Amino acid sequence: MTRDSLITSENDVDIGLEFEGLDDEVDTFQEEHERERHRGKRRDGERTKKKKRGNGERRKRASRGGQEEEKLQARHEKKGRRKRSRSDQQAKGREGDEAEQPKIKSSKAAKTRKNVKNEKTRKVEKEEKDEKEDEAEDEERNVKRKKKHGSAKKEENVEDGNKHTVKKKKRKKVIETSSEKETSEEEDNEEEDSEEKEVRPETLTPEELETLKEAVDERKKLIQGLRGKPWAMKKKLVTLRESQEFVEKYEGALGKGKGRKLYAYKVMMTKKWMKFKRDFENFKTACIPWEMKIKEIESHFGSSVASYFIFLRWMYGINMILFCLTFGLVMVPEALMGRPYGTIPRKTVPRAEAPSAMDFAVLWDFGGYAQYSVLFYGYYNNQRAIGWLKFRMPLSYFLVGVGTVAYSYMVVIRTMARNANESGVGDDNSFNFSWKMFTSWDYLIGNPETADNKFASITTSFKEAILEEQESRKDDNIHLTRFLRVLANFLVLCCLAGSGYLIYFVVRRSQKFALDGLENHTWWERNEVNMVMSLLGMFCPMLFDVISALENYHPRVALQWQLGRIFALFLGNLYTFIIALMDEINLKREEEKIVKFNITTWEASLYNITASENSTAPPVTIQPADVPRGPCWETMVGQEFVRLIISDTMTTYITLLIGDFLRAVLVRFLNYCWCWDLEAGFPSYSEFDVSGNVLGLIFNQGMIWMGAFYAPCLPALNLLRLHVSMYLQCWAVMCCNVPQERVFKASGSNNFYMAMLLVILFLSTLPAIYTIVTIPPSFDCGPFSGKKRMFDVIQETLESDFPAWFSKVFSYASNPGLVLPFILLMALAIYYLQSTSKSYKEANVELKKKLQTQNEENKKKNKLAALKAQMDLEEARKAASPSAEHQKNNNASTDQEADEEEDRGRSPRMYNSKNGRSPPPPRHDGHLTATRAPAPRNYQHGSQVSAGYLPGFTLENEARMHRVPSLQRHGGSEKTKQHVTQD
Amino acid sequence: MGTTASQLGKDMLSEYQELTFLTKQEILLAHKRFTELLTRDEKDLANTRVPIERILTLPELKSNPFRKRICHVFSTSEYKDGSLTFEDFLDLLSAFSDSATLEIKSHYAFRIFDFDDDGTLDCGDLEKLVNCLTGETDDTRLTPEEMRQLINNILEESDIDKDGTVNLSEFQHVISRSPDFVSSFKIVL
Repeated sequence: MTRDSLITSENDVDIGLEFEGLDDEVDTFQEEHERERHRGKRRDGERTKKKKRGNGERRKRASRGGQEEEKLQARHEKKGRRKRSRSDQQAKGREGDEAEQPKIKSSKAAKTRKNVKNEKTRKVEKEEKDEKEDEAEDEERNVKRKKKHGSAKKEENVEDGNKHTVKKKKRKKVIETSSEKETSEEEDNEEEDSEEKEVRPETLTPEELETLKEAVDERKKLIQGLRGKPWAMKKKLVTLRESQEFVEKYEGALGKGKGRKLYAYKVMMTKKWMKFKRDFENFKTACIPWEMKIKEIESHFGSSVASYFIFLRWMYGINMILFCLTFGLVMVPEALMGRPYGTIPRKTVPRAEAPSAMDFAVLWDFGGYAQYSVLFYGYYNNQRAIGWLKFRMPLSYFLVGVGTVAYSYMVVIRTMARNANESGVGDDNSFNFSWKMFTSWDYLIGNPETADNKFASITTSFKEAILEEQESRKDDNIHLTRFLRVLANFLVLCCLAGSGYLIYFVVRRSQKFALDGLENHTWWERNEVNMVMSLLGMFCPMLFDVISALENYHPRVALQWQLGRIFALFLGNLYTFIIALMDEINLKREEEKIVKFNITTWEASLYNITASENSTAPPVTIQPADVPRGPCWETMVGQEFVRLIISDTMTTYITLLIGDFLRAVLVRFLNYCWCWDLEAGFPSYSEFDVSGNVLGLIFNQGMIWMGAFYAPCLPALNLLRLHVSMYLQCWAVMCCNVPQERVFKASGSNNFYMAMLLVILFLSTLPAIYTIVTIPPSFDCGPFSGKKRMFDVIQETLESDFPAWFSKVFSYASNPGLVLPFILLMALAIYYLQSTSKSYKEANVELKKKLQTQNEENKKKNKLAALKAQMDLEEARKAASPSAEHQKNNNASTDQEADEEEDRGRSPRMYNSKNGRSPPPPRHDGHLTATRAPAPRNYQHGSQVSAGYLPGFTLENEARMHRVPSLQRHGGSEKTKQHVTQD
Repeated sequence: MGTTASQLGKDMLSEYQELTFLTKQEILLAHKRFTELLTRDEKDLANTRVPIERILTLPELKSNPFRKRICHVFSTSEYKDGSLTFEDFLDLLSAFSDSATLEIKSHYAFRIFDFDDDGTLDCGDLEKLVNCLTGETDDTRLTPEEMRQLINNILEESDIDKDGTVNLSEFQHVISRSPDFVSSFKIVL
């Protein structure tokens, strides 16, 4: 009884699966089931036979089930079985029962069938659940069988130990199957174990060796790819061990004689190498700085906040390289090998400044001793080669400047390319909803508050997407919105212009102050420029935020606008600052001319004096501190940038402390004695502003790139700043920030930030290159003093350090006639690459379309096959069930048949129903009649006399007919229930 | 099996490294966290199952709307109660680790989203999924109309063969295009 229902239910599942179109192979499987069922229905007397068959079926399935991950018990038993069979072998077990040849054959046949079945294992996972109750019992039987099987095989082996051929063939077959199907691997493995133990390597022919080798390689590959398999750990462990055992056993067999030792050695070394690699990986991950910190933040605030810190770390890495370059190739050589402090005028503090040169205020401004040190451009001497290494200082200085920029470009672009690769075709919008659905949850979120925010944001995003899809987005007053947006942009432009003018004004004023002498002014007046810039950078974004409320944009669009505006503000500020600096440079150069003239007169007078006083007296030694000197605009520029960085850093930290920490403390502790809820109400806690922080970081980096040429200390300073930032911000985030209300995903904006960084890099190298190329260096300071242009150092090197032909080649190469075609060629290459990428994209779309149509076709084919099978079933059922019922109730059965006809006629339509999971109704009917065959019979029996039954029956049919369409939407189980109630 | 939950042998450790995407440190950390979940007398036993309630006290899973599904998917318990052994726990962490491949991540994601374990994502699964994503509170819930619309849209996009459900390969196809699935399908201890 139970078996009957069991099989039908299995059948059910099979069919259901089939309709999902998982595999067409299921067809055959299903047919088999069908046949079986018919047999069961027709020949009730042949129970025993069927039982046997069913047992066989089940046994097979159970042995398959042994592999299944869910089945602990099964695995244990299997393990035991394997062990037993192995021990049997080791004992060369002749005590095993004398199994006859036929039995072996049948078991072999079963095995092959099993192998075929194995393919389906995954698909029919479901059905095994149904069988769970019977399993233990079955398993036991199975074990016995297996044991027999194993010993029988051994028997065979012993019998024809010298006739290898048979076995080998078998083994080959097994190997082949194992290479084909991963799922069957485990099972085959056992068999291989038991069979191949006997095979001695010396007797193998080359082809067999080849196959063996292939098998071994297969195993190795399996071991390699094991971690990428979605299996349970136990299964993976078993497979790993078995595969390793297999590999170990047969790897040795592959080499013969002398080769064998070498082979074993090689294997050993590969193993060692693997272990080393793994350890090295571990070591490498352990070496990534701040990994744990970032992970902690990640798990609290989600990936977007963490992305800022990852960006910060990346920045830190770049600055580390820049720092190494400047420090190792410029600062250290000059400090070690260059002339020491005080030997020449440019390396000495002037007499006038000497008394205050060590004051903290002066040093803080990077004046005094700080100004006349390796930290700034002016300190470097123009001596061509220094020290015993003959280090080419000016050349090195120039090349490091260029290299810094070049390296930064390279890294940024490479990272961008990699990010773009990773996101792949992320820009295509075809899976908008599905992505929202399947990938919007950030599994890293470990904080309930963040989770709540995330829920809210996901909901809004769903709602928005639906709204957009419907395109019923009502614009209540388009003119008003437009007007407001224009107004907002106008206001923002005003802000930008105002801030630009303010900076320009302040810089000019500070120049006046500088001319007056800084000592006469207050602290504020001295630091006006930097303070104003920092304050603008702090308050303008808030202003923009307020203004953007006018615009009524979608939050994501609003964020982009906001970012763009802040970007423009920073850029404007930076550029006004640079323009003002340019003015200052020009002023300094005017001043320089005067100084130069003065110096010549001063020198002349000096010589005149000495000449007139005493012609024989030794030349007067003048302290280098007393020598008049030019203003050295390069050092001035460097100083400005350093001051800017310092004040920027300070403002960032102070805002962090006041805006975040103090606020959090106040909110936290004043909340006990305040009239409203501070935590939920107005001040509340601050959020971590990812985009603002990233922008700040980017601009900071821009300033570094701009100023690094004139102040070699900048990368070092920046490194320090980033280091402190890392700890300070990590701490601030963890202790006083709340998760963002709008949780943005990290990776989407990653390349956006990178693009900004690239733009900034470009914009910041522009002025630096401009000054290097167009403005002649100061005459008495820096490594390029005395040259007309800074890049003359290259030519000088070419002329004096390289053979003559080289400079000739270089000059040819750099003439416009060659450079222009080269540029043209590059442009053409870019064009070509772009067009190919476009064509690839098109091909991609084309392929996608093709895939889609193919999929649909396949589906159709599957459905047709399913339909056919179902028809067959229907027919068979009709032949089977009415024969039983015919005798009982002719009327009813004809009615029913008519009903079936109806059902069948309708069935194709049902297949096309949207819900593929619900098993098609006709089959259900069949199922129903099959399982509940006795019940209606009784019913009919009893009510045969009454005429009232007939209408009732037809009524039921009618009801069913009507109901079927509406039922399509519901699950199958519900349908069954309904039928039961109707009956 | 020889697996001892109380202490990790050296070869066990290396096998785990071989079989998961975790590094040695991560495995040790996982082990530490896992043993913290065990009660005193369970610590001596090998291969203990930690019931789902205790697993869910982990802060990493506490606020995850799919926490129960995750436990059920990774559990190898016969009773389908979502309890995890240490090895299951490692499997979980491996699938959610940084270096796990997209393939394995999407496989497990599919199984997590497949609420009724029938091998495809149908309307019921999708509805449950949406409800998980929008949270428990009523104000974030979608109306039935919105829900219907949303599910229709999703099926329109990702149900390539138009059979009314999303199967594994369709799901993986969709996921593989997503720019941020790999970065967000992570759980770190």
